[in-house]
Amino acid sequence: MNQIRRLARDPLLLALIIVIFAGLGLFVVYPLVKVVLTSFQTRSGQFTLENYELFVNRRLYQTALKNSLVVGGVVAVISVLLGYVLAFVTTRLRTPGQAALNMVTMLPIISPPFVSAVSILFLFGFNGLITKGLLQLQDFSIYGFGGVVLSQVFTFTPIAYLSLRGVLQSINPTLEDAALNVGATKWQAFRRVTLPLSLPGIASALLIVFIESLADFGNPLVLAGATFPMLAPQAYLEITGSFNLPRGAALAVVLLIPSLTAFAIQRYWISRRQYITVTGKPTSSTSKLVSEPVKWVLFGVSWLFTVLVLAFYAVILVGAFTRVWGFDYTVTLQHFRYVFDVGFNSVKDTLVVAAFVTPLSGLLGMMIAFLVVRRRFPGRQLMEFTSILNFAVPGTVVGIGYILAFNGPPIILTGTLAILVAAFVFRYMSVGIQNGIAVLSQVDPAIEEAAQNLGADSVTTFRKVTLPLIAPAFFSALVYAFVRAMTAISAAIFLVSANWNLMTVQILNQVGSGRLGVAAAFSVVLILIVVVFMGVLNLLMSRWTRHSGSVRF
Amino acid sequence: MNDLTLRNLRKEFRSHDGAGSVVAVNDANLEVPKGTLVTLLGPSGCGKTTLLRMIAGFEEPTSGQVLFGERDVTNDPPNRRNASMVFQSYAIFPHLNVFDNVAFGLKLQRLPAAQVRERVGRVMEVTGLAGYEKRSPSQLSGGQQQRVALARCIVMEPQLLLFDEPLSNLDAKLREQMRVEIRELQQRLGITTVYVTHDQVEAMSISDVVVVMEKGNIMQIGSPEDIYARPANHFVADFIGKANFAAAEVVDARTVRVGGKDVQVQPHAFAAGKQVSVMLRPEAATIGRAEGLFEGTVTRAMFLGSVLECVVNVAGVGEMMIDVPNPVAFGRLEVGEKVFVTPVAGLPAVVAD
Repeated sequence: MNQIRRLARDPLLLALIIVIFAGLGLFVVYPLVKVVLTSFQTRSGQFTLENYELFVNRRLYQTALKNSLVVGGVVAVISVLLGYVLAFVTTRLRTPGQAALNMVTMLPIISPPFVSAVSILFLFGFNGLITKGLLQLQDFSIYGFGGVVLSQVFTFTPIAYLSLRGVLQSINPTLEDAALNVGATKWQAFRRVTLPLSLPGIASALLIVFIESLADFGNPLVLAGATFPMLAPQAYLEITGSFNLPRGAALAVVLLIPSLTAFAIQRYWISRRQYITVTGKPTSSTSKLVSEPVKWVLFGVSWLFTVLVLAFYAVILVGAFTRVWGFDYTVTLQHFRYVFDVGFNSVKDTLVVAAFVTPLSGLLGMMIAFLVVRRRFPGRQLMEFTSILNFAVPGTVVGIGYILAFNGPPIILTGTLAILVAAFVFRYMSVGIQNGIAVLSQVDPAIEEAAQNLGADSVTTFRKVTLPLIAPAFFSALVYAFVRAMTAISAAIFLVSANWNLMTVQILNQVGSGRLGVAAAFSVVLILIVVVFMGVLNLLMSRWTRHSGSVRF
Repeated sequence: MNDLTLRNLRKEFRSHDGAGSVVAVNDANLEVPKGTLVTLLGPSGCGKTTLLRMIAGFEEPTSGQVLFGERDVTNDPPNRRNASMVFQSYAIFPHLNVFDNVAFGLKLQRLPAAQVRERVGRVMEVTGLAGYEKRSPSQLSGGQQQRVALARCIVMEPQLLLFDEPLSNLDAKLREQMRVEIRELQQRLGITTVYVTHDQVEAMSISDVVVVMEKGNIMQIGSPEDIYARPANHFVADFIGKANFAAAEVVDARTVRVGGKDVQVQPHAFAAGKQVSVMLRPEAATIGRAEGLFEGTVTRAMFLGSVLECVVNVAGVGEMMIDVPNPVAFGRLEVGEKVFVTPVAGLPAVVAD
């Protein structure tokens, strides 16, 4: 009662809350509900269970489910192992080239999630540099389990690395010193102290990679091949191939269940069990746990991965300038000419979409973080939950949901710019929200109260005080949203149209029709745009934080 | 004319188990005349900060009214109250320099830039911040941050100035200095002020009126002399300073009988024959070596320079803390020595329990 009365005194705040709830309801909850409802319907709309019976009756669907789960599990284990080694090397060891290692490892994060798949085709495909050129293999096929796993490991190890890096940084190395001090051997100290302390972080990273792998669309579509069905591409084929929306929806629901389960475990169980042992006291961060030989082995493993990542990107770059890969290796600009000629519309469209998505998701993310941390209103936790829900929902499911929800009355959005922007904003603002919540929790609420006390209403307080204080979270949210808007594929592929096409979809189409050179050229252009944008934003941020000393109203 | 009136102001919070509610402020009534400085004094958790935050508008009262002058502001949001607050943590905007911090509220009112500069400049002068305009808050000492927080409020020329334990983050010496400055400034500008503190010395030294609170209830409202010399009850007497308590029987309006002796007390309203408590401050009695009212033995004597703190055990009354002024002239007192204690006539106070 009190909360409502209070809201009534601040109409702008009340309006903001209502608008956000309406947005979340329309663009997060409604499409998901539509997916679930449709999965229980026949094509003419009667209630049925037959879409799910397919998982019992049809081998294809059983295999797709099994394949997706197995790939997810294998990729999670390998990526987390590699990520742990990389994180250990960059946080705990004093070896040359730390910064370079860190940067190269992040490279896959800022490129489309299936660039490695294109590289793999260049290297191991039917006309691959290694398989055909080097080894003269005739009947080797990279398509299937091996190809998908290889490609996903390259795509998702950086994600595991990022998450584990944070975990290892938060474990105080003096704990290891203490273990050694009481007589533990190096191995015992690692096994009894460091490993148990990082275990929740490892479990969390495993689940995150598992979710990402399960939801991944581009790599399986390119590399799974006809004999190795997987859930996400299968759902896509049901819808675009045979226009069977209910069956696609059922596949989406099956995809959704393990993802949401893993997300729930990660968020509500494991994340509460993470240990933070860093105190305010400075500690030396070199570990004494590894002997010289072991140190160089770990160092070697990290660099092997890094060199492979670089090699993959080099292959893309070379491929973009090569006339016909596998047959004619003369240098050409024809692929780029194609990108800027035939494909230029998709470049332009992608930029327009990103130009809308970036500021919108950044601002909306910060507003929601602000409301959730700082304001008391009915449904506060519901807002937090729904706003990060789409982060856990596989893009394929989001895409199918948007088609189902916005293809007919009351709201028709398919084929418009709005549907792409809405899908991306509500999907990619979650990282901004989580960062915003983390930063805002560190800011003394009295600072915002002081602004109110001096006459600022809720919105002015947010604009003039909160936003500048959470600027770092805001900028990282902008970068994340931009990168994702540029590189996303799984939801987007359902939502593009003749009027609004995206570069990532173009890349997949080119791969599909065998024009790897054009796909590579598109990838190079896309990565360049992302790198330039990140540079510009970094520059702006350092400028802005320097000038924020004087405010204007 | 009262600048601030609280009528039956009440605040209940839902208790942690969600079942019941906790009363943070229990039907508070208070009138603050124009230009006075009122402190809300009490131990932590007594509801003083909640009361202040209801005045500022950060907490919503469960029932009751807050009036600024004649204006009922109970349902006004904090940004429309014109009651500037100095926060315990100062709450300086870390992304703005000193000038912009102080100018923040004026800029919100969209005053012309020249006027903003003029008013901020004047306040910077008054608070001793002139020359620091371009500094960033991180380059300021604790005392300077305190001044910025104060300047930021004063520049608004508010109807009410509110302080939430403003000195608790400063070291002892600076605290005394700022206390004097705040009081001088408040009196010079004549701003009606509500000041929250848990430090009774701070409260007595700067206040026109002290409001003593405990467990959400207002225990006593009075001048510093009132609450010190004539505390309304046991709690106030104990919280405001050192106090001896003894059981007594009322003889008449100015006399009680303690340990078989008649003692002259401050006027009170209890009926003759009633069993009451009588309170004696340590400095409101004298110790004699040869004669006096109560005979006792010294159980402790601590030399503190300006004062000798003694504890004397008096048969039938109990242990009494007595301060002897000018101890160098008085000479040593040994533990076990026989002495006589005499309360200064008319100073002991009868208190309710």
